[in-house]
Amino acid sequence: MKAKVYVTLKPGVLDPQGKAIHHSVELLGFDRIADIRQGKYFEVALDAALTEGEARETAERIARDVLANPVIEDYRVEIVQ
Amino acid sequence: MKFGVIVFPGSNCDHDAYHVISKHVGQPVDFVWHKETDLGGYDAVIVPGGFSYGDYLRCGALAKFSPVMAAVKDFAAAGKFVFGICNGFQILCEAGLLPGALIRNRNLHFICKHVNLRVENAHTPYTSELETGAVLSIPIAHAEGNYVCDDETFDRLEENGRIVFRYCDAGGAATDEANPNGARSNIAGICNEDGNVLGMMPHPERACEGLLGSNDGQAIFQSLTKAIREG
Repeated sequence: MKAKVYVTLKPGVLDPQGKAIHHSVELLGFDRIADIRQGKYFEVALDAALTEGEARETAERIARDVLANPVIEDYRVEIVQ
Repeated sequence: MKFGVIVFPGSNCDHDAYHVISKHVGQPVDFVWHKETDLGGYDAVIVPGGFSYGDYLRCGALAKFSPVMAAVKDFAAAGKFVFGICNGFQILCEAGLLPGALIRNRNLHFICKHVNLRVENAHTPYTSELETGAVLSIPIAHAEGNYVCDDETFDRLEENGRIVFRYCDAGGAATDEANPNGARSNIAGICNEDGNVLGMMPHPERACEGLLGSNDGQAIFQSLTKAIREG
């Protein structure tokens, strides 16, 4: 069982790295890109014996307490078999 | 009076802090390895600058799980002095000892230079030897010093005099041009409600000898020493 955790900056938090990436993409000739925001992606391998509910609860806690800083970031957890 | 300088894997301003406490403040000081769990016997701890845990995940995010941090939280709750400088400020925010967060500088650069700081509140244990409105020349050296917080937190900081230092120009004006990293409202340093925990991005420990370009950091350490002495 695996948890996929996506951590993204909250709307409104400045993302200068996303802006720099956006600028490079524009230099490549893509001129219809409205915005690019950079985030983080984690794969957490979980014990196969866990139920999906337990796996989600574990991954949510890890995301909240470690992977994301709730002051500036949001997170989303997906559980895959 | 005894100081402790916390050392995490990747701290690199620990010796600067130790040097200033022993040589300029003239008080006993120990390095405290991050695996320690007891801060008994100390009056103040400095959480120094550097790159704890290589800045992995987020600056200060992994240091908050070091065993010593539970002791630092108890130490702060007991009213003792916790002084976070640069990465130390980031760690204190991550650990929840100070509100808000420090994100990437708006221009993406690692900025290493002397900046001007205006003392916003001279009635804290860290600024009592200064005057409100005084302008200090203190160096910064960071890539993630852009202070952010929500409006409610900002209002609370402002109303309670917890914004201790702001970036300003040589004349003391906190302009956008004088803001090196994009920090909200030019915030360079804040304290907790009781004033015993201070976090600041600039490095006062690098501004205690004329040879290094400024003595302006000394007054901050002198204020802290006075606060400890007066208990």
